[in-house]
Amino acid sequence: MASVIIRMMRKVAFFPLIISLLLLSSCAPQTPTTANQQVKSTNAYIQNKGSDTLVNLALAWAEQYQILHPEIEISVTGGGSGTGFTSLINGTVDIANASRQIKPEEVQQAKANGFEPVEFTVANDAIAVIVNPGNPVSQLTLEQVSKIYQGQINNWQEVGGEDRPIVRLSRETNSGTHVYFLETVIRLGDSNNKSFFSADTLLLPSSEGIIAEVRDNPNAIGYDGLGYVTPEVKMIGLAKKVTDQYVLPSAATVIDNSYPISRSLYMYTHGQPSGAIKDYIDWILSVEAQKLTIQLGFVPLVTK
Amino acid sequence: MKIKDEVIITRGIKIAGFSSIIFLLLIFAFLMKEGTPALTEVPLSELFNTRWYPIEKYFGILPLISGSLMVTFFSILIALPFGVGTAVYIAEIAPQGIKQLLKPVIEILAGIPSVVLGFIGIQVLVPFLRRFLDLPTGLTAFTGSILLALISIPTIVSIAEDALYAVPQSYREAAIALGASKWEAIWGVTLPAARTGVLTAVMLGIGRSLGETMAVMMVTGNAPVMPNQWMSFFLPIRTMTATIASEMGEVASGSTHYHVLFFIGIILFVLSLIINVTASWVSFRKRTREQLVS
Repeated sequence: MASVIIRMMRKVAFFPLIISLLLLSSCAPQTPTTANQQVKSTNAYIQNKGSDTLVNLALAWAEQYQILHPEIEISVTGGGSGTGFTSLINGTVDIANASRQIKPEEVQQAKANGFEPVEFTVANDAIAVIVNPGNPVSQLTLEQVSKIYQGQINNWQEVGGEDRPIVRLSRETNSGTHVYFLETVIRLGDSNNKSFFSADTLLLPSSEGIIAEVRDNPNAIGYDGLGYVTPEVKMIGLAKKVTDQYVLPSAATVIDNSYPISRSLYMYTHGQPSGAIKDYIDWILSVEAQKLTIQLGFVPLVTK
Repeated sequence: MKIKDEVIITRGIKIAGFSSIIFLLLIFAFLMKEGTPALTEVPLSELFNTRWYPIEKYFGILPLISGSLMVTFFSILIALPFGVGTAVYIAEIAPQGIKQLLKPVIEILAGIPSVVLGFIGIQVLVPFLRRFLDLPTGLTAFTGSILLALISIPTIVSIAEDALYAVPQSYREAAIALGASKWEAIWGVTLPAARTGVLTAVMLGIGRSLGETMAVMMVTGNAPVMPNQWMSFFLPIRTMTATIASEMGEVASGSTHYHVLFFIGIILFVLSLIINVTASWVSFRKRTREQLVS
């Protein structure tokens, strides 16, 4: 036993060393920049964190922008909208990505830390309700989806499918998509409605986890941002009322407002941005950057 | 000069020895400081309730506690026969060559990061169990138990094996001399003689299972359901560790939710304390008994 422990320790002892070396080497050349610092042509470093829905798009923007402006370095991480806001409030990031608007409590905390968060709408997104391709159900009303997630409908037969139990999948509660789905679909947009997810809803830690389970399991129903939906799962046509037309999510149906569950995606900064951060956000709102949204399955902003 | 070295080194070793006690006390103090406010902020009847939905202020932790206990219990049920069986095989039966092959293989199993096991669990075990057992979903407590068993088996094997080696050779020889077969000698003499060590192994295996986070978070579905029937074992559950891991990143520090998460941390801490104290109590009794024999 003792020899086992010693051998394991030898193996383990290397890792902190290697990790600290890596950290040192990656930290060394970068000068930390605070949000308000005026940085023009010198090496600027922008930290960007938050929504998992937005992370792929934010990455694509960052890569494109760094090609155009090699002097700017941008790091993008996910973690969920709530995580992004917490980091923005704690001052560890320059831009927080979010798939929901900031809550009043979070604004309070930001003010307590000495800044006012400023919101930018950077893209639009549809929430697709997805099932396994083997599931014959292809359209649902919002009310049916709401009842499924509340645990009032428990078998696919009740909505015109096979005799199978329904397995509900959702993102974790720190996800902006979770909160949006709760408010817009489960509560049908009614702020007095206090119903919520059935306790046996599976809370999966990532969008990929939801896609993987839906792809594999014919009992499953899930929801995810349109940008995450792969061809291996089937999207459900949705309608507000039974009499309405059932609409599949796409850039076109979001822009003409016929798809019922679409939302804006946001970026938040410490106060009005300046310098490199302002330039970056201005670029994101440009026509050129908005073209990337379609490639990644998001919906571009419509200039009114 | 030599004496001075001696003093410095012994002092250093002494500090190192006490440091773990200091760290433990600091961790406990921190947990208490951050966790106990939960008791005043949330009425006990709501805290020990069956509904966990923190963004709407439902802080019932019972489903999380029962989820953790359920996966841990069943993982040990699976790991015990495999772990002790492997230990017996290595210590008592296997020829030298196989022994030298098995031991490093088990060490490698111990070294696999739990996130890798979780990934294999999602890709292979989850779809397989759903089809094979015809379950609504493969993300269940049972799936978590299997992965936890894989994680705790190496711990159980290495400690149980040591306990078996510690049994004096004369015991086995006496049993064989009395006409016992090899199996009878193992089952009737060697294992009972090593039973305290085997129990310690199991307790530490339980501790390992209870504290594991990543693998269970990936395969148990994380639905905070109260188990209320035997079938619950084949349905999703949510453990305490997975709850802390997935929710700690979003909470505002100092909020009720934050305090409740730390309170869950206290419960985990106390549970693993109980397990470790039991394990060391068991091995302490073993030592006094051995002293009596000699």
